[in-house]
Amino acid sequence: MTAPLHDTNAAQTAAVDVAADVPAKAIEGRSPWKIAWVRLKRDKVALAGGVVVLFLILVAVFAPLIVSAFGHPPNDFHEDKIDPLFGTPIGSFGGMSSDFLLGVEPVNGRDVFSRLVYGARISLLVAFLAALFAVALGTVFGIIAGYFGGWVDAAISRVMDVLLAFPQLLFIIALVSVLPNSLWGFSGSGVRIGALIVVIGFFGWPYVGRIVRGQTLSLREREYVEAARSLGAGRAYILFKELLPNLVAPITVYTTLMIPTNVLSEAALSFLGAGVKPPTASWGQMLSKAKEYYEADPMFMIAPGVAIFVTVLAFNLFGDGVRDALDPKGSR
Amino acid sequence: MTANSSSRRRLAASAALVVAALVGTAACGGGGKDESDGKGKAPGFNAAVGKIANPSDKKGGTIKFIGTQDSDSWDPQRGYYGFMWDFARYYTRQLITFKPVPGTESTELVADMATDTGQVSADKKTYTFKLKDGLAWEDGKPITSKDIKYGIERIWAQDKISGGPIYLQQVLDPKKEYKGPYKDKSADKLGLKAIETPDDKTIVFKLPKPNGDFLQMLAMPAATPVRQDKDTVEKYGLKPFSNGPYKIDSYTPNKGMELSRNPHWKKETDTVRKALPDKVSLKLITNADDMDNRLIEGAYDVDINATGISPAGRTKALRDHKANVDNPQTGFIRYAVFPQTVKPMDNVHCRKAVIYGSDHKSLQTARGGPMAGGDIATNMLPPSIKGSDAKYDPYNVLKDTEGNVAKAKEELKACGKPNGFETTIAVRNNKPQEIATAESMQASLGKIGIKVQIDQYDGAQTSGIIGAPKNVDKKNYGIIIMGWGADFPTGQGFLQPLVDSRFILDSGNNNFSMMKDKSIDGLFDKALLETDPDKAAEYYKQINEKVSEHAVYLPFTFEKNVIWRSSRLTNVYTADSYNGRYDYASLGVK
Repeated sequence: MTAPLHDTNAAQTAAVDVAADVPAKAIEGRSPWKIAWVRLKRDKVALAGGVVVLFLILVAVFAPLIVSAFGHPPNDFHEDKIDPLFGTPIGSFGGMSSDFLLGVEPVNGRDVFSRLVYGARISLLVAFLAALFAVALGTVFGIIAGYFGGWVDAAISRVMDVLLAFPQLLFIIALVSVLPNSLWGFSGSGVRIGALIVVIGFFGWPYVGRIVRGQTLSLREREYVEAARSLGAGRAYILFKELLPNLVAPITVYTTLMIPTNVLSEAALSFLGAGVKPPTASWGQMLSKAKEYYEADPMFMIAPGVAIFVTVLAFNLFGDGVRDALDPKGSR
Repeated sequence: MTANSSSRRRLAASAALVVAALVGTAACGGGGKDESDGKGKAPGFNAAVGKIANPSDKKGGTIKFIGTQDSDSWDPQRGYYGFMWDFARYYTRQLITFKPVPGTESTELVADMATDTGQVSADKKTYTFKLKDGLAWEDGKPITSKDIKYGIERIWAQDKISGGPIYLQQVLDPKKEYKGPYKDKSADKLGLKAIETPDDKTIVFKLPKPNGDFLQMLAMPAATPVRQDKDTVEKYGLKPFSNGPYKIDSYTPNKGMELSRNPHWKKETDTVRKALPDKVSLKLITNADDMDNRLIEGAYDVDINATGISPAGRTKALRDHKANVDNPQTGFIRYAVFPQTVKPMDNVHCRKAVIYGSDHKSLQTARGGPMAGGDIATNMLPPSIKGSDAKYDPYNVLKDTEGNVAKAKEELKACGKPNGFETTIAVRNNKPQEIATAESMQASLGKIGIKVQIDQYDGAQTSGIIGAPKNVDKKNYGIIIMGWGADFPTGQGFLQPLVDSRFILDSGNNNFSMMKDKSIDGLFDKALLETDPDKAAEYYKQINEKVSEHAVYLPFTFEKNVIWRSSRLTNVYTADSYNGRYDYASLGVK
């Protein structure tokens, strides 16, 4: 990755044009992205992770369809499935049946399968948007700090240090308790989801910022940057046309590795009661409820627990694969 | 960024193992049957409710209490937790106390250190008591009426002796003219004018205004004598000086307490306390599930807090050891209340719509079902209080257990909101059962078009959030979910803070409904003039009916508790006077 990406892209397009008449086996120029894709395809574990990730995204997107086909509306009570004496589901394995695929929730008998599927929406929405928010902030500030250096770098770096040391969990718990019920046209869970995204994202950007800053520090001394500069290119051009494309790889890697962390953060915050509001389903909230019943109804804890576990594992494996694929110096 | 690739995978793999292991143990936890339920055979389910289980006069042994919550203070004037009032009978005695019998009869008062339950003057403002002979402190010195007066005076020193009930102060000195014994200029520190001690055996209380429940207040531990030379002020709760059958040998906050017999306590002076065991021990731990397991194993006898076995232990106890379980009434009502200052709850029809639209059976299940939650409540007076009538069911909740949608829609129309309305439920975030009831209301009210938001607030901030009417209006709390139990088992103790307009406060308010009804206030005044509990009960019955007509409360359950009784306990019975806890002073061990 020594040359700016768009140059190679141009060269590659040219190569394809030239090679148009030649048999398919002929040598063709491959872009770093193509090389990475080939490497990724060879990594079966990462690919499996990717498939699971894709599956989870589809589940989240098509939650209403899936639930109408295999479950019951997520907020409907089914108290006839509950033993009133103990508050636990009737039947073994948390009341699992062909009607209730993963059983029912203790006390109110809501369909665990439906809530799990809808919970995927909250988890993934928060995780993705918070990661995007963090990456956007981190890239902008990191690149500025790295390129300009001096007091700008010092100021941004200190801010990052402060944020890294900040007790974010306590902060969001405090924030949520003073958050109004409706804000900027959102109400109820909308406000909470927004707050989760902003806060998780805001405390996540320094991690990206540091990486980007470090990379920028080394990239800005490269010949092609100097060349651009001596040709009279403006700062914005150098930052976003020369430097940024070369930062895409580490940023991509960091984003994929950040998402599972965010899934866990969201689950932790929901577990602590700072997440979405009832009756909206979320995995962390389900876990938090399940801890009361873990002995009497272990199934209710296993369902969201496994969901979180699988999601985080899949994202991590996939993220690892992406990193190995994009990093030619990888030791695998 | 590259070198740790394999270690990351390993981490993931080991995480998978951990999860698998957890799943495994959790799955086993449910089934395992445990045959050793304490020593010997238990007398049966509910054997100690309404009757005495294992009656016995055998002395000796150590009774072992366990708990997860220490008392707010063991200082008799400062403790406010219900279990402390029960346990305090081991090391304190008052002029009068609750009758040591099972059930509702336990709310009657009997003489303890006094020779009778007091001579009341014709104007009901003067109460005179004579002390029994032979009463002694743990060092053998006699207990005098002056010790009793000094003990009660400590309540006035709220800057140092804080946290306890202040009823005696409110009734004896409503203007707070007396400043407490520590600021008392008189030589004997007995400057309170409302109490007179003509001699060491006589004590006279002079009330500025009659209060029919004055004796109830004298039965609280707050009326315990304290000897001046033993008063360590703020530190008194660490080692209260005993005048009861046991003295405190050691106490470490949040760890435990050991008590042994007080050699100077004489059985013939005490008709209330059995004092069977030689030693009483209390162990405090932090994990409720752990505590339940130890109780079920038989390592301990009673949960001192008696707040009910937690769900995991409850299932185990009821399935495998039902004979060791009791299910008494606690005297609490769990309810939703509608502040009339918040629109549209200012309209009685909208309030009725919420009552009819709620699924009472579902609310009961949310509270824990018929055993751990209690019976579906029909009105706002619990069965343990005189004047209550569980059959009085103005909204037919016992028949329409799942609510009455047709009626609810009718009421919505009458309220001018035929398509429903939006409102907010305020619920404590640290009470899973209350959150469950809020979700139940949200689900059932949604069916008649009432859209409900659930606002979970910090449960430690009750007085400033739902107890501040201004904040309730600002946050638009049309429904508040709470529970209430009386400090003393009469209509005054239960209902007055909830519905008397004179009890509305800017902060720490309990009249959440903002009930302002002159006729209700007037009935309380009449009831307070009655010293005959049965006559007062008639007024409380009328108040209760008026409250139901206002439709400001939706009672969920007359609360019940599932509590554990070890097989070796003797003389066990639950007492309404102590919220359905066992009467600790009567317990013995095999």
